[in-house]
Amino acid sequence: MSASQPLPTLEITALEKRFGETQVLRSIDLKVANGELVFVIGPSGSGKSTMLRCCNRLEEPTSGAIHVNGKPMLGITRRDLDRMRLQVGMVFQGFFLYPHLSVLKNVTLAQRKALKRPAAEADARALEMLDKVGLKHKANAMPGELSGGQQQRVAIARALALDPKVMLFDEPTSALDPELVGSVLKVMRDLREGGMTMIVVSHEMQFAREAADRVVFMDGGVIVEQGIPDEIFGNPKSERLRAFLSRVSGEAA
Amino acid sequence: MDTIINAFFNIDIMRQAAPLLLKGAWVTLQLCAVVIILGISGGLALGLLASSKNAAVRLPAFVFIDVFRAIPPLILLILIYAGLPFIGIRVPPFVAVCIAFLLNNSAYFAEIFRSGIKSVARGQTEAARATGLSPAQTQAYVILPQAVRNVLPDLLSNVVEIVKLTSIASVVSLTELLYSANMARAVTYNSSPLVMAALMYLVVLWPLVRVISRFQRGLSISS
Repeated sequence: MSASQPLPTLEITALEKRFGETQVLRSIDLKVANGELVFVIGPSGSGKSTMLRCCNRLEEPTSGAIHVNGKPMLGITRRDLDRMRLQVGMVFQGFFLYPHLSVLKNVTLAQRKALKRPAAEADARALEMLDKVGLKHKANAMPGELSGGQQQRVAIARALALDPKVMLFDEPTSALDPELVGSVLKVMRDLREGGMTMIVVSHEMQFAREAADRVVFMDGGVIVEQGIPDEIFGNPKSERLRAFLSRVSGEAA
Repeated sequence: MDTIINAFFNIDIMRQAAPLLLKGAWVTLQLCAVVIILGISGGLALGLLASSKNAAVRLPAFVFIDVFRAIPPLILLILIYAGLPFIGIRVPPFVAVCIAFLLNNSAYFAEIFRSGIKSVARGQTEAARATGLSPAQTQAYVILPQAVRNVLPDLLSNVVEIVKLTSIASVVSLTELLYSANMARAVTYNSSPLVMAALMYLVVLWPLVRVISRFQRGLSISS
């Protein structure tokens, strides 16, 4: 590996995914550099969420390869997969906090059981992460007592507490009331400032313009076009991207 | 009126029968403790198997559950106690009851656990696995606690059913509460000991039944 080509934090190679007869992803190649924020846009059914879910194998790829910091995610034992998943944080559209555990316990569970951190260290780390997302004061609350935006920020803290190398966001604000979206985006912006490597699947185009290093446009299971936000939004080359952008801006207006 | 009181609520006879019934109640209590623990353990294991993604594991579990829910436990008990000696296996009454109840109760508990596990959102498993928890850890710390909470009234109802069902142990001469009460009835030519046994069940189970219906009302309000 030459100095001009540092190891990508996440590398997707020739990724294919079929559900029965339906080909959802065809030959996806994507490299995400350390500290980069890659924003994935595209119409629903374009395969963007499936691609994201293949990265930590919540979805099993049909073929291809995924590497995190040069280490393979595929063709490894379940135990190794569990270990690799610690390096890939995931945030879901539906939050999926554990409703029977307090906010603090939500953030310490995997630290204790998967990372085997001692209780005191896990608690300290959890409080630090909750502070980062502005919810330290809710440590003893139950998830059901929080707003959607707060729940999503706890979910982010839960993933961050495991010190992941890359964070995957699967439509993190799509289930939120409009007035709560800002608080989650702010946390994501802070993360980016802190140098976290992120892949974000989302419809928040304004956020993409401001925060993304690179925007990837997917349609029909392939990456149609990618580039810096100014290029993608200001000078779309493909007809499909132009059609998508005009449809999206039409909805926003 | 006097005739009825004399035949069913005879205080003198109840007083005479009391020591015998208390001994029987003690046996019933021990029996309950054993068969409930066996049933919950077996049911949990079977419920997890029945929730498996692997059909080769899931289908046998389903067959077991269906078969033992359909066979009357009394037939099962008599078969084990009186049938097995014909093939050279002789089991004491207590053990026979434990085996019959294990087969019957695990099937019922398994079905409750299975529906509880099914009631937990798929995203919970995904969130847990995405944080590096193993399948077993995911079950133990994320899925089962929520599953049990979701079916707690059903689990408790089943416990009540089992406590009452232990009275069938009387047919294999286990000196539990009903057997003792029936013995007292035969000796005194009076049904008051049976009424007394029923009252003892009532005293223990009534609070439990109240708790369950309160639970169920609470759940229907919150959901």
